[in-house]
Amino acid sequence: MPFIPHTETDIQDMLAAIGVTDMEQLFDEIPAALRTGPLNQVPEAMSEMEVTRLMHRRAARDDVELNFIGAGAYEHHIPAAVWQITTRGEFYSAYTPYQAEASQGTLQLVYEYQTMMAGLTGMDVSNASLYDGASALAEAVLMSVRANRKAKSRKVLMPTTVNPVYRSVTRAIVGGQGIELVDVPFDPASGRISLDALKAFEGEDINALVIPQPNFFGVMEEVDALTDWAHAQGAQVIGVVNPVSLALLKPPGQWGGKGADIVVGEGQPLGAPLSSGGPYFGFMCCRKEHVRQMPGRIVGRTMDADGRTGFVLTLQAREQHIRRSKATSNICTNQGLVVTAATIHMALLGPEGLERVAGHCHANTHGLVERLKPLGVTPAFSGEAFHELAFKLPRPVRPVLDAMAQQGVLGGYALGDDYPGLDDLLLVCATETKTEADLDRYAEVMKAALDACRGKG
Amino acid sequence: MSNTPADLRYTKSHEWVRSESDGTVTVGISDHAQELLGDLVFVETPEVGASLEAGAACAVVESVKAASDVYAPVAGEVVAVNDQLGDSPELVNNDAFGEGWLFRIKPADASAMDALMDADAYQAQVDEEG
Repeated sequence: MPFIPHTETDIQDMLAAIGVTDMEQLFDEIPAALRTGPLNQVPEAMSEMEVTRLMHRRAARDDVELNFIGAGAYEHHIPAAVWQITTRGEFYSAYTPYQAEASQGTLQLVYEYQTMMAGLTGMDVSNASLYDGASALAEAVLMSVRANRKAKSRKVLMPTTVNPVYRSVTRAIVGGQGIELVDVPFDPASGRISLDALKAFEGEDINALVIPQPNFFGVMEEVDALTDWAHAQGAQVIGVVNPVSLALLKPPGQWGGKGADIVVGEGQPLGAPLSSGGPYFGFMCCRKEHVRQMPGRIVGRTMDADGRTGFVLTLQAREQHIRRSKATSNICTNQGLVVTAATIHMALLGPEGLERVAGHCHANTHGLVERLKPLGVTPAFSGEAFHELAFKLPRPVRPVLDAMAQQGVLGGYALGDDYPGLDDLLLVCATETKTEADLDRYAEVMKAALDACRGKG
Repeated sequence: MSNTPADLRYTKSHEWVRSESDGTVTVGISDHAQELLGDLVFVETPEVGASLEAGAACAVVESVKAASDVYAPVAGEVVAVNDQLGDSPELVNNDAFGEGWLFRIKPADASAMDALMDADAYQAQVDEEG
């Protein structure tokens, strides 16, 4: 069924009225070099029945294997009540409302969400969410370039310990805006940002330093030293954090002497299923002094004329409908429904529940270390880890992973794909969803896979 | 009816400029401009030491309903900003030509002031915009 109301006759009549013979002529002005060719990667159209069958087939592959892959998206237990409540009619919308103040319930929920995120990160304010962790980092880089008025440059230090996908998305979004992203290498022994490499930038005009915590290898960065170093250079600190880890770790608002300036991350671990990669949501918090440079929407609490508490979209003068081309971003809607789930998830767990989840994850991952040691599989880096670790295998990772998958275990993420030279490193994550028996099974399957690959790799 | 002091110079974009005895110039937004904006909630001033081209967007005044750029009336270096506006942006509403000044520039060229409008010309523009 066509969704365009014009009939072929309508179109021909309109073309005739303006004196052109076909639609293509309307686009004459666009030079051939700027046109996308045919979309060769897009498959043939399918009927609804065919799509349904395809999606059932794909869905059947989910949640069958025992999953030890993290690398940016993490499998956590989500209490059944979370999505039961989230999908109630009152909440069931992906949008922040257009007639915002008529939707007090939604606004209150977003306000509660912001309060929780600000508490978790130790920052002054949170926005109402962004698309995902990767684009949130890109927005944070743009925000820092607007907000840091001490720095003249548009140079941002991007350590290679930041999730490779985040780095690539950030490059794609900010690359065309004259912002220079400079790689900072990691120390091969510790797996952390190399403080020596950072020294080479001393005295340079730097806008911001990105600090991942934990980093992509699962390793804890020396956040206090890094934050103080950045501030001493007149650079801002953009923290990229895992929200679950914050239940145990020092909040970014307390890093170093002054704390991080902007904090972003992926919200998926808070109540969103892995679900083949989305939808997830990004979060962003900052210090109060930068709030006017923050993208996205912000809900505030206020009082009406009769002194009753109410909620409003606040600081809208930064937004596109008022500030036009100078808006802090053109994000007007967001991942409202996933944020709703995250808010309910956090409310159900509470600070203590979240801390127990984080502690359990940490213990499980370290339980794996003990089990793998007899196999000659040991942590690749000396830096402390949270719930994810890079292990060094005695042979190349890829065939070992394939052999494990055949036994129904997703063994981890091959770091060699993103880091040339690290072909024998495997990134493994064991969240609270794994039992002692699961950890034993992982070690058994790994042993069998290593034996099977002996002499092949 | 907003007032338009005769001893100041004005721009089309509603900034006022006063020549100080030390050779610097003080810049603010006109009483008419603050009336159009309504209650200010935030003022972003330029950095002291910043070097501005004439016409450069260098400050922002934000009210409950709008945010507007403030443009440098003449080229020069920013030598002072009104720090009180951080806590009290309403000074611009209460006293646009006095306590509500925004920043002070050391002009690159002292004669640049001559190109700006006098009070009569500015008042005529305001009347015309109605």
